[in-house]
Amino acid sequence: MSAILIFLGLVTAIAGWWLARQRLMSKPWLEVGPIDAFPETEAPVMHPAKIGLGVFLAVVGAIFALLISAYFMRMAYADWQATPMPWLLWLNTGMLVLASVALQCAVVAAHKGQLDNLKFALLTGALTSVAFLGGQLLAWRDLAAGGYYAADNPAVSFFYLITAMHGLHIIGGLFVLGRANVRAWRGDKLARLVLTTELCAMYWHALLVVWLVLFAVLMGWAADFIDICRRLLS
Amino acid sequence: MAIALVLVLVVIGSVLFHVLSPWWWTPIASNWGYIDSTLVATFWITGAVFSAVVLFMAYCVYRFRHKEGQKAAYEPESKKLESWLTAITAIGVAAMLAPGLYVWKQFVTVPKDATEVEVVAQQWQWSFRLPGADGKLGTSNARLVSSDNPLGINPDDPNGKDDVVVEAADLHLPIDKPVKMLLRSIDVLHDFYVPEFRAKMDMVPGMVTYFWFTPTRTGTFEVLCAELCGTGHGFMRGIVMVDTAQDYTTWLQQQSTFAQLSGPAKVGVLVDRGKVTASME
Amino acid sequence: MVDVTPHGADLIPPAEVGEMELYHPHSWWTKYVFAQDAKVIAIQYSGTALAIGLVALVLSWLMRLQLGFPGTFDFITPEAYYQFMTMHGMIMVIYLLTALFLGGFGNYLIPLMVGARDMVFPYVNMLSYWIYLLAVLVLVASFFAPGGPTGAGWTLYPPQAILSGTPGGTGPGIILMLVSLILFIIGFTMGGLNYVVTVLQARTRGMTLMRLPLTVWGIFTATVMALLAFPALFVACVMMLFDRAIGSSFFMPAIVEMGEQSPHNGGSPIMFQHLFWFFGHPEVYIVALPAFGIVSDLISTHARKNIFGYRMMVWAIVGIGALSFVVWAHHMYVSGMHPYFGFFFATTTLIIAVPTAIKVYNWVLTLWRGDIHLTIPMLFALAFIVTFVNGGLTGLFLGNVVVDVPLSDTMFVVAHFHMVMGVAPILVVFGAIYHWYPKISGRMLNEFMGRFHFWVTFIGAYLIFFPMHYVGLVGVPRRYPELGDTAFIPPSVHTLNEFITVAALTVGFAQLVFLFNLFWSIRHGKKAGDNPWRATTLEWQTAGTPPPHGNFGKELPVVYRWAYDYSVPGAPEDFIAQNDPRPSTQGGHA
Repeated sequence: MSAILIFLGLVTAIAGWWLARQRLMSKPWLEVGPIDAFPETEAPVMHPAKIGLGVFLAVVGAIFALLISAYFMRMAYADWQATPMPWLLWLNTGMLVLASVALQCAVVAAHKGQLDNLKFALLTGALTSVAFLGGQLLAWRDLAAGGYYAADNPAVSFFYLITAMHGLHIIGGLFVLGRANVRAWRGDKLARLVLTTELCAMYWHALLVVWLVLFAVLMGWAADFIDICRRLLS
Repeated sequence: MAIALVLVLVVIGSVLFHVLSPWWWTPIASNWGYIDSTLVATFWITGAVFSAVVLFMAYCVYRFRHKEGQKAAYEPESKKLESWLTAITAIGVAAMLAPGLYVWKQFVTVPKDATEVEVVAQQWQWSFRLPGADGKLGTSNARLVSSDNPLGINPDDPNGKDDVVVEAADLHLPIDKPVKMLLRSIDVLHDFYVPEFRAKMDMVPGMVTYFWFTPTRTGTFEVLCAELCGTGHGFMRGIVMVDTAQDYTTWLQQQSTFAQLSGPAKVGVLVDRGKVTASME
Repeated sequence: MVDVTPHGADLIPPAEVGEMELYHPHSWWTKYVFAQDAKVIAIQYSGTALAIGLVALVLSWLMRLQLGFPGTFDFITPEAYYQFMTMHGMIMVIYLLTALFLGGFGNYLIPLMVGARDMVFPYVNMLSYWIYLLAVLVLVASFFAPGGPTGAGWTLYPPQAILSGTPGGTGPGIILMLVSLILFIIGFTMGGLNYVVTVLQARTRGMTLMRLPLTVWGIFTATVMALLAFPALFVACVMMLFDRAIGSSFFMPAIVEMGEQSPHNGGSPIMFQHLFWFFGHPEVYIVALPAFGIVSDLISTHARKNIFGYRMMVWAIVGIGALSFVVWAHHMYVSGMHPYFGFFFATTTLIIAVPTAIKVYNWVLTLWRGDIHLTIPMLFALAFIVTFVNGGLTGLFLGNVVVDVPLSDTMFVVAHFHMVMGVAPILVVFGAIYHWYPKISGRMLNEFMGRFHFWVTFIGAYLIFFPMHYVGLVGVPRRYPELGDTAFIPPSVHTLNEFITVAALTVGFAQLVFLFNLFWSIRHGKKAGDNPWRATTLEWQTAGTPPPHGNFGKELPVVYRWAYDYSVPGAPEDFIAQNDPRPSTQGGHA
């Protein structure tokens, strides 16, 4: 359960940092009157959708941290056999990086008011994401063609489970990104596209980070890394 | 008003129930008297806290119930009082935790001279295996289980040949000899539970769990399953008899070994052997 | 410490508070069925939760009948008993208590108490309820599936949960259970995002964290915990579905199922238990923290006295919430996990007793020198303290690893968790309903029926579960449909079981009186007015009762003080509303 505990530690640190600025030590019964004196303790002005997405990403992070925890726990058993990872995963990773970069460009374009660039960047983001999903499906096919089915070996089961779970999250994001694309190309006002673009970029960056961690775990680097740390300690 | 009276009655009733009711644990038959003492100490501490809190509440309700013209006091907090209460609680908690951890240390430290006894659970019966003359149990694997080898003992392991197999019958243990119960299941979770021994542990397929104890009283004790294991869970019973050394030897001599039970011809043909040895424990 | 001098009548123009874009319903359907108003969603959540809870209540009667009078009822076979037991537990913990506290009370109270017009994502909030309803329907469907619902116990431990020796294990029962849970978690996450972000972002002007009523603190912290804990159940359910549906071996080791070698190999049942309890233990506090918060407000309001040690209460809620993520394996002391974990988890578990005890002290110290009105909500709050203290203290037995060994998996455990997370939170639910029903419906619940309901429920529930501890102490294991002929169980235990059954049925029927009261009082209850309890918090200061869509009329309230200004010295009234701008000595409603 180490992965989830580390993740929760991070979440706790962020929550603690925020709570520390909320004057939790103050004595509220002594502070009658509207408290303009402490503007930082008022509700933040950030758009609720951004806070909402941030909280949602914490939930998503917990799911993947738990999957990784389970992966490491299961790995310790005798029947675990490391599985050759399809080389295609490298290409897919590249696609996802591209999608993330494209959406970051979209955010920049939206802020600068460049509608054409925004349209192009949003489309690139969507297409590279679809390419990523297609690539993942091909990777599944490769694996199956090599005789690695989901039920045979826990390493393979985990590969299918984890990639499917990550892919589903990308698909969910594509609904929003697709809608943003439709609105952009239909000529919606740019000002109305800023928020959704920012949200998409935020979500894609997070899913990219998640994917990079998962990739490291699935390729076995994470296990090697832990092994090295353990050796250094002992 | 009635509530104040009822709160007092709840305390008196609970204490009287505790003292007077006939329902108490079974007479102990193992060395785990320490567990009982820790439990009794916990009863004292928690009972005192429960009575104090509820009686205080009853007093408050009686004394400060609403009357015409009454006004509540205004006291947002009292740092001193809260600190004191925190400290006292922490001490009370530590007073329960420290002996608990001390006894747990003993519980998980198996003495070197403990004899190993294996319990094998399946839906819904108990079987047992004792090490033979060599004092060692042979390896086992659920993959080897068959009608001829119901406990899945590895026929290739020389240590297993002389193991005494007690299938779906009573287990006997000698008095005053520490035993390490090795617990194994071939299907689902079970839990080897004899109330008089106080100790218990789940049996998990795919691994061997354990606990140890020393029987201190001869007699017949019932084994129950304490982890839900399917429809027959409530009916999964067995018997452990704690014997004097002499009776135990007599019983042991009547039991058959694994080698006797499985004819040499049958050994090892049951399952793909390469696969099995790979995952042998 | 900074003292802010009272501003007097220095009003902030409420126009500065941004108007939220609200979707205003136009038809009956969008107003009452596909509603986006958190108050309507709250009633939908509560209604559904209470309805499915009634099913679970009936299941508990059937179980008690079997335990009290074994062999009398032919249709209660062991299979049926396990199915009743599993469904009873799962419904009560997840579909009733979690849904009611967070989906019901959370939806109704958060926007009103923080001074918001609605939840921040009303559409997502609506989806949350409909997915919850779908989850409930899938759960109910499993009753009608071939082979019936799963009988694996609410913990759903593999391997038995997906094997033929367990009712519903190889049929659709277990699959429907897992799917229903997954749906519940998805639906809950949608709602949970709303509750968290509304508290973070939609608080009205002046509503700082330290001015939040403890109800909001409890529900908020519980929601944050639930958002982080439910993923563990989600992952466990998905992995078990894989094991069951495609034969993978996440949790399934090599086993012999009824004489047949299974296709599984090498999986770890204990891994499931870790995942399950990583959710399961925080779940206890997900139910408890809202109850803690609500009961604090009930006691303060009806004792006309500020909650004692507000700051400590807030810190305790946050501390308990954080600690509850590192105690999960105390449910697994005898699971066969590494015995040295016992030292760590026993220590963390007993540490959590300290902040919990502080909360109890502060409740009873709030009563001290109060002006205690023995209203029905107050009675339920007092009863909560009794049962919670009782159940919390028996938790010290079970949390202290070595004491747990003889008691685990006995009726002692059943008595403990029913007392602490069954009876205690339910008593708060009742207290809260008697307290807020006047706001929701505009009328008071009938007093006579209410008092009858209280006395039968409190005394009855105590008579059920207090003696049950001693059944466990004797050594009777839990999850046994009958005790059979067992030498160490004296016949008197059977008599005690009959007594418990009679008490349980009595308490059960008293709940029907409560349900009747809920419906009867909608029309016949006494008119309540806007603030019948003379309470300080914002939900009692709305534009009307029941509050309209948008809650506060044209202008949002501005908050000038904390939520507990009761019996302030020098004030003309014994309470000052949170949005009352006048200095304390002039405050209070004339």
